[in-house]
Amino acid sequence: MSDAFTILGGGVCGLAMAAELSSRGAQVTIFDPKGAPGEHACSWWAGGMLAPDCEGVSAEPEVVRQGRKAADWWERHGAEVSRKGTLVVALGRDQSELTTFARRAPNARSLDRKAINALEPHLADHFAKALFIEEEAHLDPRATLATVHARLPQNGVSFVNEIKGQIIDCRGLVASDTLADLRGVKGEMLVVLCKDVSLSRPVRLLHPRFPLYIVPRGDGVFILGATQIESGERNRATLRSVMELMNAAYALHPAFGEAELLEIGVDARPAFPDNQPRIRHLNDRIYANGLFRHGFLLAPALACMTADLVLEGKTPEVWYEDHRER
Amino acid sequence: MPTFYGKEIASRLMLGTAQYPSPAILADAFRRSDAGIATVSVRREAGGEKAGQDFWALIQDLGVAVLPNTAGCHSVREAITTAQMARELFDTNWIKLEVIGHADTLQPDPFGLVEAAAQLTDDGFEVFPYCTEDLVLCERLVQVGCKVLMPWGAPIGTGLGLNNIYGLRSLRAHFPEISLVVDAGLGLPSQAAHAIELGYDAVLLNTAVAKAGDPAAMAEGFARAVEAGALAAEADPMEPRDMAAPSTPVLGKAFL
Repeated sequence: MSDAFTILGGGVCGLAMAAELSSRGAQVTIFDPKGAPGEHACSWWAGGMLAPDCEGVSAEPEVVRQGRKAADWWERHGAEVSRKGTLVVALGRDQSELTTFARRAPNARSLDRKAINALEPHLADHFAKALFIEEEAHLDPRATLATVHARLPQNGVSFVNEIKGQIIDCRGLVASDTLADLRGVKGEMLVVLCKDVSLSRPVRLLHPRFPLYIVPRGDGVFILGATQIESGERNRATLRSVMELMNAAYALHPAFGEAELLEIGVDARPAFPDNQPRIRHLNDRIYANGLFRHGFLLAPALACMTADLVLEGKTPEVWYEDHRER
Repeated sequence: MPTFYGKEIASRLMLGTAQYPSPAILADAFRRSDAGIATVSVRREAGGEKAGQDFWALIQDLGVAVLPNTAGCHSVREAITTAQMARELFDTNWIKLEVIGHADTLQPDPFGLVEAAAQLTDDGFEVFPYCTEDLVLCERLVQVGCKVLMPWGAPIGTGLGLNNIYGLRSLRAHFPEISLVVDAGLGLPSQAAHAIELGYDAVLLNTAVAKAGDPAAMAEGFARAVEAGALAAEADPMEPRDMAAPSTPVLGKAFL
């Protein structure tokens, strides 16, 4: 296999792929007609949580195992990673959600009001119990995409409209033109400005109908996410979804009622039937896709596995499918 | 085995298709449950031009009968529009009719339910109404043409089981010719077995399986439970009594 590669797609998957391959000395070109990272990529709308334990409550064990590598990888590639853990809370009558979560996230530690107060003083008035997963981290997706994008030329990566060498297809949902089992899972999120609430880490509000995460971006900006709807629609945020996110935020802290609404984001995540990513060798092309809601969590592992495959001939232990004509 | 509007189904278990960790796990749960019917929410996934078609293709691949529902509808008009959309999308006259009357408990609106059921029946639909165990409401639903009744065990998603056994039992006694399904509120297989022991034709559940740590294993648990319940119901169970009756007679016992 040659060590010249053209990566199709400049979202989180393509940029991580380019960063990993070029840092190992490969010659990399990124082909993305949309140019620099922006709202055309679904990673633009991500929460940016690197929270393998929280995800493990409903995701496969391999997502947890591979996701643990993410924070270090992003830091190595220039991203600013905040390692302050995740706080998980539930409203008074939903305490059973907290019990189930604790059972399924073995690294979660129970906190009382005093301990909550030490971590997030603004939540201590509203919650007497919480769970804390100390090892988890978060980053700012847009800043991270921009940083990684800006650093790539230093490693010889060019952004041109020509294809040379081995194609690695990282186009996300667009690749469903060839990958028949790739589907879209619609997500809606909000960006709000609220100077009255201060949080230092992602907070998850468990709820049987309207679960919510809030990620602080600094300067009073918060990300509220995200819905998960079986639909490939990449636009059209509905009033119901937006209202549910707002209600949940208001329930977490009433001061969110006064927040300014900055953005309503909507896109569809690319996913395979088991919601785990895949490296697929189909005809002459390598596809890396299906990051689902785990773009920033799993793109590093997916990129490393793909690099092992194409540079060293190592077959990835998981998520690899060879569909070449023999 | 239960019959719904003339169609015999080879299972007493119906499963919802929402909230699973992934479509692959959903498919596993269906395989291990041998469920005969999948309920599908039309409203949430609908949108632009066939936006949810990938998910619907996955449901169709399950190889079971599809019962579209009007989940999330709070008015007669909404429910009817959704039912019409479902008929077009799934090419079936079956509709599980939900008209929610109370946002917090998701309790059915009995008045809207009867009105919507009447209109839909007139329009050629075969209606599976999600209702409470209220006898008079159920009589009205039957009067407007429903041949299936789906009373709740408890509010949707609560896992509280059969909250009014007397009410469920009296529905069975009053409607011997109607197919009865306990819909909503089940959390454990033992509760499903109980519903079938009461003479119910089937049970419908979603959250109990989808939100279990191992949905496929829980699905199989429910499958075995409804089978156990059906065996018991057909076996003419004993009546409970207060007086203890030793199964081994004491008189005549050998003196050792």
